[in-house]
Amino acid sequence: MSSPNRLRVAQIVFAKDLRIERRSKVLTSQIMPFAVVTLVLFAFALDGDVILQRTAPGLVWLAMLFSSMIIVQRSFAVETADGALDALRVAGADMSAVFLGKWLALVVQLLLLELVLLVGAVVMYGIELRGSGIVLLVTSSISATCGLSAVSTIYAGLASGVRGRESLLPLLVLPVASPVLIGATRAAEASFGTGGTVTSEGWPWLGVLSVFAVVFGFGGSLAFGPLIDD
Amino acid sequence: MTIDTPTSTTASTRGTSTPATRVLGILTIAMTLWLGVFGLLLSPADRDQGDAVRIMYVHVPSVWLAYLAFIVTALASGVHLFGKRHSLQADRVAGASAEIGVVFMAVTLVTGMLWGRITWGVYWQWDARLTTTALLFISYVGYLAVRGLEGSREQRARRSAIVGLLAVLEVPLVHWSVKLWRSLHQEATVLGTDLDVSLDGLMLFSLFVGVVAFTLLFVWLLLHRSRMLTMIDLSAESGLDRALAQRRAEGGASI
Amino acid sequence: MDFHAEIGESPAVALQDAVALISDFPALAGLDLTVARGEIIMLTGPNGAGKTTLLRVCAGLTPLARGNGQVMGADIATGREEVRRRVGMVAHSNGLYDELTVRENLEFWGALIGAGDDEVRQAMSMMGLDGRLATVPVRGLSAGQRRRTAFAILVVRRAGLWLLDEPHAGLDSNARDEVDEILKHAASSGATVMLSSHEHDRAQKLATREVRLAGGVVVGDGQ
Repeated sequence: MSSPNRLRVAQIVFAKDLRIERRSKVLTSQIMPFAVVTLVLFAFALDGDVILQRTAPGLVWLAMLFSSMIIVQRSFAVETADGALDALRVAGADMSAVFLGKWLALVVQLLLLELVLLVGAVVMYGIELRGSGIVLLVTSSISATCGLSAVSTIYAGLASGVRGRESLLPLLVLPVASPVLIGATRAAEASFGTGGTVTSEGWPWLGVLSVFAVVFGFGGSLAFGPLIDD
Repeated sequence: MTIDTPTSTTASTRGTSTPATRVLGILTIAMTLWLGVFGLLLSPADRDQGDAVRIMYVHVPSVWLAYLAFIVTALASGVHLFGKRHSLQADRVAGASAEIGVVFMAVTLVTGMLWGRITWGVYWQWDARLTTTALLFISYVGYLAVRGLEGSREQRARRSAIVGLLAVLEVPLVHWSVKLWRSLHQEATVLGTDLDVSLDGLMLFSLFVGVVAFTLLFVWLLLHRSRMLTMIDLSAESGLDRALAQRRAEGGASI
Repeated sequence: MDFHAEIGESPAVALQDAVALISDFPALAGLDLTVARGEIIMLTGPNGAGKTTLLRVCAGLTPLARGNGQVMGADIATGREEVRRRVGMVAHSNGLYDELTVRENLEFWGALIGAGDDEVRQAMSMMGLDGRLATVPVRGLSAGQRRRTAFAILVVRRAGLWLLDEPHAGLDSNARDEVDEILKHAASSGATVMLSSHEHDRAQKLATREVRLAGGVVVGDGQ
């Protein structure tokens, strides 16, 4: 019996998280509808086709931010429901690998959510995808999602370990994730051409988002274990 | 578990003052008075803004000291986390510094709002400095919330240190993204609503006096607050001894 | 079934003057305890005596605020990671994923520690979990079946020290007897077992030793 290496552990945790999500269908049956409802509510609140089209990227990413809080709390509720996180610690599992697995599973779920929100925005807000902006849109969305997922996973680990303090999660994550919101929205605007922006204006934002994702992905893998430890 | 008291312990059991802090306190008061004289009387009013510019002498040093406080928090967090002894003293310094930093941030935000209101009639404009400050203010309020979570002393210290270091990691990222964001909005610079003024010699000197005064204030507050936290830890430790005795007695009584 | 026999002959548990805190409350208030390999220890005592905390300390989950301790040869203060690898714990929670089937749970835990398919199959048959139960999501299992699944994980992990917090709780009489059989079998194969329980009668039949706790310390220790 040999101890599996870090990547293998991450893969096992990743597969487990996605399998649980596939079975329980929380993402598809609860959170995606919630996100779409949010888009509808924005339309009620803002009341105007022009303004909706202009602010569409921002609204999509706001809906993403709020939904991600719910998804990541669910991801850790699964662990704490039957003491699995403690069991993982007792099993001596490499915590940075556990972080990696949960992080990537969250990225996959958030990317799926983004797709749904994008379709929703195209349908409801009337934005148009430009061929020249596709690459920017895809790359910025992926790096933004990676950064957001990393920060959310780190702090959700912290919040889940403390009884009755899950409500701390938004306070911790949202300020830290503000560069992601700013960057993802500006990059999306540049790729759609909203407000007369040109695609090339979006590339600096890809830089911000990528650095953010790397910093918190790396920092998270180091911080996760000590952070949830007793 | 040793409570890790500093070797130069507070001299008096009645308070956190020492001869050193008294001297420091007097210096601070002196510098603040000097700042008042220069800021309110001797330095000139601005061409465009008039006397309203004098708020700058509080606003700008305040923001610099807030950043200094958060750097101290980050360094102390690092010392706690990576030092061999996992010094609780470092953790206390990190906590005290963050508390003071949050206060300085609040002062920055309030004076910034006042300045904007008086000069331009608006409490808030999304200029880079105010926005970054507001975000960091909330981040460090979150840090203080984490410090207050339940757990053993070591666990709380370790958790706070990690969150403190993560918070400082995001400072350049927030700064970068907000600055880039505001640079897109040309209107701000055309209307000149940025809270920056060109500084001549005497104004610059007054600002310098302000920074020195605030730095002394910060050190004074830091020393006192850290010592207070040490005393809180010490009393918790002796509280533990009492709790142990009580617990054992309860056990004996039930046999 | 071979439970880390290679670790050596150091006692399974050796605690000296152990103090452990839950927030600021001293759940363990200077406890001394030595447990030899292969023993079955029944922890008894009133609620709040510190039984759960003692088990968590031995699992390497809760650190010691004062005193020192070694578990399965590893020091609690400096080698908590190693302690955890050598022990297994089943508490009120079982460490299972509700949405996954019994087999998927065991395969997850098995893969996590590099156990092979044979070992997983062996553990499952030992606990009577092969057959129909294997493909049932854990959500749909009875309390006794969940317990058995948790034990199967301990077997797969080859934990040398089994720490069980009220393993009989929520089980009917047959299931409780089943648990006792499993524990006896585990001990005879080299594992050390420490369990907490409120049942003195079972202590007589199952355990080699009963340790009574009160007020965070040991107040009675014997056969």
